[in-house]
Amino acid sequence: MNEFVETLLEMQWHEPKSSYDVVIIGGGGHGLATAYYLATRHGITNVAVIEANYIGSGNSGRNTTIIRANYGIPESVRFYQHSLELYAGLEDETGCWIMHATKGLLWMAHTETGMRAERARALINTACGAETHVVGPQEIKQICPQIDLTGNGRYPVLGASYHVGAATARHDRVVWAYAQGAMQRGVTVLQHTKVTGLLRDGERVVGVQTDRGPISAGIVMSAVGGNVTKIAEHAEVRLPVRTHALQAFVTNAYGLDFPGIISDSELSCYVSQTPRGQMLIGAEFEPQPSYSMQSTFNSLASCAKKITNCLPFLRDLRVLRQWTGICDVSADFSPIMGFTGVDGFVISTGWGTWGFKGIPAGGEQMAELIATGKTPDLIAPFALDRFANDHSMADLGSAGTR
Amino acid sequence: MLWLTCPNCGSRPVEEFGFGGELPTVPDRITDPHQRDVDYVWMFDNLEGLSTERWFHQAGCRRWHTVQRNTIDDTVAT
Repeated sequence: MNEFVETLLEMQWHEPKSSYDVVIIGGGGHGLATAYYLATRHGITNVAVIEANYIGSGNSGRNTTIIRANYGIPESVRFYQHSLELYAGLEDETGCWIMHATKGLLWMAHTETGMRAERARALINTACGAETHVVGPQEIKQICPQIDLTGNGRYPVLGASYHVGAATARHDRVVWAYAQGAMQRGVTVLQHTKVTGLLRDGERVVGVQTDRGPISAGIVMSAVGGNVTKIAEHAEVRLPVRTHALQAFVTNAYGLDFPGIISDSELSCYVSQTPRGQMLIGAEFEPQPSYSMQSTFNSLASCAKKITNCLPFLRDLRVLRQWTGICDVSADFSPIMGFTGVDGFVISTGWGTWGFKGIPAGGEQMAELIATGKTPDLIAPFALDRFANDHSMADLGSAGTR
Repeated sequence: MLWLTCPNCGSRPVEEFGFGGELPTVPDRITDPHQRDVDYVWMFDNLEGLSTERWFHQAGCRRWHTVQRNTIDDTVAT
């Protein structure tokens, strides 16, 4: 975070104490949202959030800022719909402008098989409270005139599912809103502090070892992104998580208004327009696990080649920036939230390519879990032990996961 | 990582290959047979560093081979 940003926000930084009720590892959206809801909903303010770099420097600052709930299984749709509703009220609740804008999302299909998937998506979403309709080519053209319905002759647009409530928000403003709200209520946020291990008392986790000394805690939560496997290993918790690199890029400003968000399973990419007019384009994650944050020309070229079939105007724009985040992708593509089987250690991980939209609900539910010691119903299906119990939640509900 | 060396076809672009996963290992500290099975099926080492994994030359000779890859910078070691 730079000095200019700090002048805009009311943040009080503290020196670390030796002990807290709750220590949260990872100062991204999920970690800070959990701290915020612990303070606001449960009155627990003796909380520290420990971040290895600056807050929002990980995937919270590297995503494509899309908020939607059109997933493939009821548990996910309900969870993300709740998150979408919390996002809609976040500006009023925190008093911070997060540039939230409801835009609607078109998920296009180019084959009959694709259309069948979109029909199923519309039915299950609407049944679970996330309004989604199937629309034909003419309606698509009305919603977004820039789409070439012939798909350059190669990807004809047969139809789409239209998710009415989808929105975008400015990602780092979301992080700052939660950080500011939490700090104003007494939460300590420690930037540039690395967690190097977990303090154990027998099996139990009783604190964290950092490069600024040990900090004991009543309960430790990991809200770590790509590096979560190593943190969990300190507690001897094994995770069904692999770390993959995911790339995105923005173009220079497009002079006209680009309505809505366009997503596409077959082309596995998604496009929206930022408030500055830039076109923000993301693609699927790399197939092989990697901790490398090196952006590649290959990824840029293949994504540009695909997306310009349906949105030919993008050919006239220039790529401004490209970046990479390393995301924790779970074995069934659904997030993992809750108890780990080790006392004093809870986890929120597996956010893969869909963590930003889950920030408010993930934080709220994890705060409730920490405060009450019981798993809330909304996230009970996402517990880590679902794998041992043969209740995996396979959901390829993201354009980046085919 | 841009290129992989296939034992049959030589150096080929990575787009021709499919990632088949790392060789699963179960830590010795897990002793319960059921838990060992769960670990074998679901859990990943997710190593940061050298990882031994299987790759499939999908758009080439269609044979499997073993690759040592460094996941820190996504380069092939052997």
